Amino acid sequence: MGKQTAMEGNEAVAEAMRQINPDVVAAYPITPSTEIVQNFAQFVADGAVDTNFVAVESEHSAMSACLAAAVAGGRVMNATSANGLALMWEILYIVSSLRQPVILSVVNRALSGNINIHCDHSDTMGARDTGWVQLYAEDVQEAYDNLIQAVAIGEREEVRLPVMNCLDGFLLSHSYELLEVEDDEAVREWIGPYQAINPMLDIDTPLTFGPLDLYDYYFEHKRSQMEAYPPAKEAIVAEGKRFGETFGREYGLFESVMLDDAELVVIGMGSTCGTLRDVVQAARADGVRAGMLKLRAFRPFPAEEIAEALSGASAIAVLDRAASFGAHAGPLYAEVTSALYSYGQQIPVNNYIYGLGGREILPDDLATCLDDLAGIAESGQPGEPVSFLGLRE
Amino acid sequence: MSHYPPDATWHEMERGGIIPQAGNAQEYNVGGWRNEHPVRDDECCIDCLFCWVYCPDNAVYVKDESVKGLGFSPEHCKGCAICARVCPKDCIEMVPGGEFTEEQPSSREEA
Repeated sequence: MGKQTAMEGNEAVAEAMRQINPDVVAAYPITPSTEIVQNFAQFVADGAVDTNFVAVESEHSAMSACLAAAVAGGRVMNATSANGLALMWEILYIVSSLRQPVILSVVNRALSGNINIHCDHSDTMGARDTGWVQLYAEDVQEAYDNLIQAVAIGEREEVRLPVMNCLDGFLLSHSYELLEVEDDEAVREWIGPYQAINPMLDIDTPLTFGPLDLYDYYFEHKRSQMEAYPPAKEAIVAEGKRFGETFGREYGLFESVMLDDAELVVIGMGSTCGTLRDVVQAARADGVRAGMLKLRAFRPFPAEEIAEALSGASAIAVLDRAASFGAHAGPLYAEVTSALYSYGQQIPVNNYIYGLGGREILPDDLATCLDDLAGIAESGQPGEPVSFLGLRE
Repeated sequence: MSHYPPDATWHEMERGGIIPQAGNAQEYNVGGWRNEHPVRDDECCIDCLFCWVYCPDNAVYVKDESVKGLGFSPEHCKGCAICARVCPKDCIEMVPGGEFTEEQPSSREEA
């Protein structure tokens, strides 16, 4: 049996890393993810793990060392935020292209400029095309659970992709919450031993990694990489179910909250969904048929599943904690509307950009989304496509 | 990329774009963008091997510590002219055109 305890998000992630006991962690500190690596380094110093901890001189080096360790044949983890993630950019693509299941906890923080250390999703939204699976956590429990599941998802034979375990900076990373921490042995048994595929350290089977690949084969290689994402989607569902069977908390691609008969649906990701859950419940108490779709897996994006889940809605609001500069709307909105269009759903959708740089989001802000949706559902007229919550206008 | 036949489809690609063999760069033709090529005057050459050492690829053929009469690899020489630049006797001339002349032996067996 696990134990109930109070932990910060960073502490819970470090605890999961201790239990997973990866072969290699190579990391460079950045607020607000520093504590993950700091706590984990203490586990290394205390002999609580067998991990080879590599202190490097930058995030570019950190991810490069992780890639090398993974190609060599190890189970590898790391943590970062915002500008640190940006400095890893080049290597993020190479890790996914080489199909290495490296696990990266990203404590979401606003990208510069100007300098801001607080939460928004501009860092991981920017990395959405790097080929990494992305899971988002609503609370500390989910950040802990997602990290354990990330190992199982990424390492599946038919997947072999890197996974980002995303949790909101400060709102989760530095907030103490009650959570269930499972037994070390139970966690280790659940993830199982690491099965390296084509490890470079198998010197009896020499292989070539990352060769020059021009117009003759590169296109075929990228197409074959695309084939890993549908199985990744299935793996998220299957491992979420298996996690539920073992530990009692089941997960999927997204969580549907009162969605079955909902007319007015709000879609969000991350800790804001905790607030949104209350707002939707309060609206229900007032007789409003409101619902929430809490997206957990942004990559691979569950387009068909979302279109299906939203098929009964009259009006939809999409919450984006990131701007996509030069685009007509936020990144999550673009994905959701594209999914609806692709699968034949003609439902008005509003986009709300909120919480940039850690700007507070309050229940009243989210309630205005439902008010707007009620107006749209009644009039049948789509509203302003993009608006801002909590902004001084 | 010799592991893959030229008409290999994406279904036939190895996971992660690996080549399941080592030491295969020799078999990948990357000489296609050369627009001039080196010609060595073997009378003038003193076999200092500077051209062989400085070549950023492995395009200078060598055998028994001698490059004389062996020429350059048309599959790997990119016409960068570093060999001509470093030659202490100015024995290597860069000649316009990517095609190697017949006087310049260049078969792989001689490498």
